Amino acid sequence: MKNVLNKLSRFKIGSTIALTLLTAIWSIPTVGLLITSFRSRDVANITPWWDAIFSPVNQAWSLDAYSNALSSGGMFEAMVNTLVVTIPSVILPLLVAANAAFAFTFLEFKGREIYFAIIVALMIIPLQSALIPVLRAMVAFQKATHIQLTGNFPSAWIIHCSFALPLAIYILRNYMLSLPSSLIEAARVDGASWYQIFWRLVMPMSVPALASFAIFQFLWVWNDYLIAFIFVGEQKSVMTYRLLRLLGQYGDGWLDVAAGSFISLIVPLIIFFSLQRYFVRGLTAGAVK
Amino acid sequence: MDPLLSDVLFGILAVILGTAATLGLYWLLDRLVRLLPLKVQDKIKPLGFLIPAATLLILVLVLPLLQTVVWSFMDDKVKTFVGLENYITLFTSPDFLSILLNNFLWILVVPAVTVSLGVLFANLGNQVGPTREKILKSLIFMPMTISFVSASTIWGYLYTNPAPGRPKIGLLSALVEYFGGTPQNWLQIDDNRLNSFLLMAVIVWLQVGYSMVIISAGIKAVPEETIEAARIDGANGLQVFFRIVIPQISATIMSVFVTVLILVMKVFDIVLAMTGGNFNTNVLAFEYYKQFFVDSNLGPASAVVTILLILIAPLMWLQIRTVRHQESLR
Repeated sequence: MKNVLNKLSRFKIGSTIALTLLTAIWSIPTVGLLITSFRSRDVANITPWWDAIFSPVNQAWSLDAYSNALSSGGMFEAMVNTLVVTIPSVILPLLVAANAAFAFTFLEFKGREIYFAIIVALMIIPLQSALIPVLRAMVAFQKATHIQLTGNFPSAWIIHCSFALPLAIYILRNYMLSLPSSLIEAARVDGASWYQIFWRLVMPMSVPALASFAIFQFLWVWNDYLIAFIFVGEQKSVMTYRLLRLLGQYGDGWLDVAAGSFISLIVPLIIFFSLQRYFVRGLTAGAVK
Repeated sequence: MDPLLSDVLFGILAVILGTAATLGLYWLLDRLVRLLPLKVQDKIKPLGFLIPAATLLILVLVLPLLQTVVWSFMDDKVKTFVGLENYITLFTSPDFLSILLNNFLWILVVPAVTVSLGVLFANLGNQVGPTREKILKSLIFMPMTISFVSASTIWGYLYTNPAPGRPKIGLLSALVEYFGGTPQNWLQIDDNRLNSFLLMAVIVWLQVGYSMVIISAGIKAVPEETIEAARIDGANGLQVFFRIVIPQISATIMSVFVTVLILVMKVFDIVLAMTGGNFNTNVLAFEYYKQFFVDSNLGPASAVVTILLILIAPLMWLQIRTVRHQESLR
């Protein structure tokens, strides 16, 4: 027994060292960028960032990059714009997908399996395949109705919402399948309508799956460049758009981008760490055996 | 009014109104269904839950997709049909064949490496105890929250190689020099597609956290008894891992593999931010972006996407099969 315990603890130390080493390697790019973002431009251009680790006291630390990113880079306005793009793009598909997933899980109807297979297949469709026709249709719609869609937030909401649906329906249905069906039966016997069952029973019980999809969608929309560039564009530019402009054509603005990147990281990190206890539970229900 | 403030108000209003409208829509659909006689109600009750999702999917995904395929047979302004001309132009151009080769490499390398590293990290993480596991895994997951644009900047900075005589501030060049090599403009070297592999490192770095988290959950769900039984039969650590654990989490590995693969097919921000598609690093998704936004060639752009779709089509089948397999295990 003692021998086994000895072996086990040695094993643990070995794994700890290995994983710590790998984690350190994995963190090099982030650490390098973080250090760089706090250095002054003159110093960053002539000495490598790892010098700052070995002699942190003699360094010319500076917040210039952050003030640049916020003032001339407009990162604060961009953060507000990004929030306005992101929040509805997370909430709307959650509601729509939860309803559809409910029908696919608990209601019997003809062709259910086939429709669900189509949804699964649609998960793979790349965004690009629909962009040009949707953009053209929106412009035609604008000309006919004078309701501004492109160059503004609603177009991004519609696209993000629609393209999130297949994955959301899939994740939510997976989770709903793991809910106890006896509970739903009991509610049916008590005379609850499907509408009531959905809102009072299934939605509250599906919180882990809803939260894990919300994290995914939040990270995806927050960091998206393509849709924000095409459908929202210059007027209400989001953070990724501004970062790419900050970088400049010859990549000489990378110091400001470094600072801007950390500004743009704050919100996703808060979201992730506040919801992470749901993340794995919601995503892997039923899928992990 | 300050335009920023009005945007904030607009956003808040949109969240409230959008949510209210969506909730109202479902309530209304439920009411409408209930107006009908009971027998009909029973038949169409799923519609109340499905119509909004179906409408969006058809209008924004399916119909535009078909439109794109049709447009791939038309000219730059999508006014007249040109038959297979776009495809012929693409497949006879050496540039495009180079793009296909790059895409092929991305598909071959990125998902496999991401999954393998995910398995390695997950397995190590499961052996170090809960507190260390949590801290180390959070650090590895962190890049998931970084945008492709930011990540490309970070890595571009590691790869940077200032002109001779200028101070060396790029980590890769410094390392190579330390070990006696000659620093070079790494992103411009397309011998053996070196620069493409350097771009791939960025997406691997971003996605391993996701792969690790999901696979780790899979490993934790493997029943202890199967592992014990194998140990009693005299299997060593590696044998247990490859013969007992891996087969039981194959469905999980498959789903991570497919998710990363899908992402790889769509990724273009990395190429845009790091090389702009120059030095033979172009991929299909970036070529589409260039044809559409830089050159406004709608027909050829549609053809590029259609080729991407054809490449992805087998994945749909794989995806449906994986899902079917998972459902049969319930």
